Amino acid sequence: MNCREFTDFLMAYLDGELPESERDSFDFHLHGCQSCVNYMETYQAAVRLGKAACSEDASLPDDVPEALVRAILAARAKP
Amino acid sequence: MSEARAAFAMRPEDAALLAQLRAGDAAAYERWVRASAPRLLRVVRRFMRNEQDSQDVVQDAFLSAFRHLASFDGSSQLSTWLHRIAVNAALMKLRSRRRHPEESIDDRLPRFHADGEHEHAPTAWGASGDRALASAELRKAVRAAIDELPDLYRDVLLLRDIEELTTEEAATALGITVAALKTRLHRARLALRERLDDLMHELEGAPA
Repeated sequence: MNCREFTDFLMAYLDGELPESERDSFDFHLHGCQSCVNYMETYQAAVRLGKAACSEDASLPDDVPEALVRAILAARAKP
Repeated sequence: MSEARAAFAMRPEDAALLAQLRAGDAAAYERWVRASAPRLLRVVRRFMRNEQDSQDVVQDAFLSAFRHLASFDGSSQLSTWLHRIAVNAALMKLRSRRRHPEESIDDRLPRFHADGEHEHAPTAWGASGDRALASAELRKAVRAAIDELPDLYRDVLLLRDIEELTTEEAATALGITVAALKTRLHRARLALRERLDDLMHELEGAPA
């Protein structure tokens, strides 16, 4: 197990999708490799940050153009 | 149908609205459109790269929802159902517009030495991640980092990590296998992490 292999299978590792024997190799590598500990933590943080940054834009002002609302209402009225 | 779905109870106000919509109540439809359109437009804008396409998709989504009101089975909130219709409408539009060949993601992935060690030893982000979320400008930068991903990878990341579709739902929506979806999602996350890593280290050097 090296850092490249660890990175390649990181998602499967985090999702608990690796067989037990491979999981043990990951755990062993992780115990001795601070780089991969950092990598794993920042990988998880990237997912969290992306999610948080996108849900945050829900607080931005609503700016639905009136023309769009009118077009939606008009489309419904068509047979 | 799963037990969770069978146990789902529609909110009373949703049930009342649904009855009005099914009865063809124009005023209720207008209220629904005005109340739901802002959120739908925000969601759709994440997928589409231009405003006109986003508005077209929202219009398509409402029309599709309106036409399928009779078949809505009440197994989710009305807003969730509409949200899914809008995401599917966005994906359909993207498929019809997709440019070829697709941009490669390889140069955005982490690099390794021949022995498999990181070329640049990853370091922790510490408090920078929290600081990023506290700043509107940096939240925007995180959204931009997602938006900069090549289309195929951005779509997968949006569906799985932002819209929180299951792996199977996202694979079906994109017309790809579960295995292909997982590969793309992992690569999208790796590329996002690389971009955010630059951002976080720039932030570390900036005054708090």
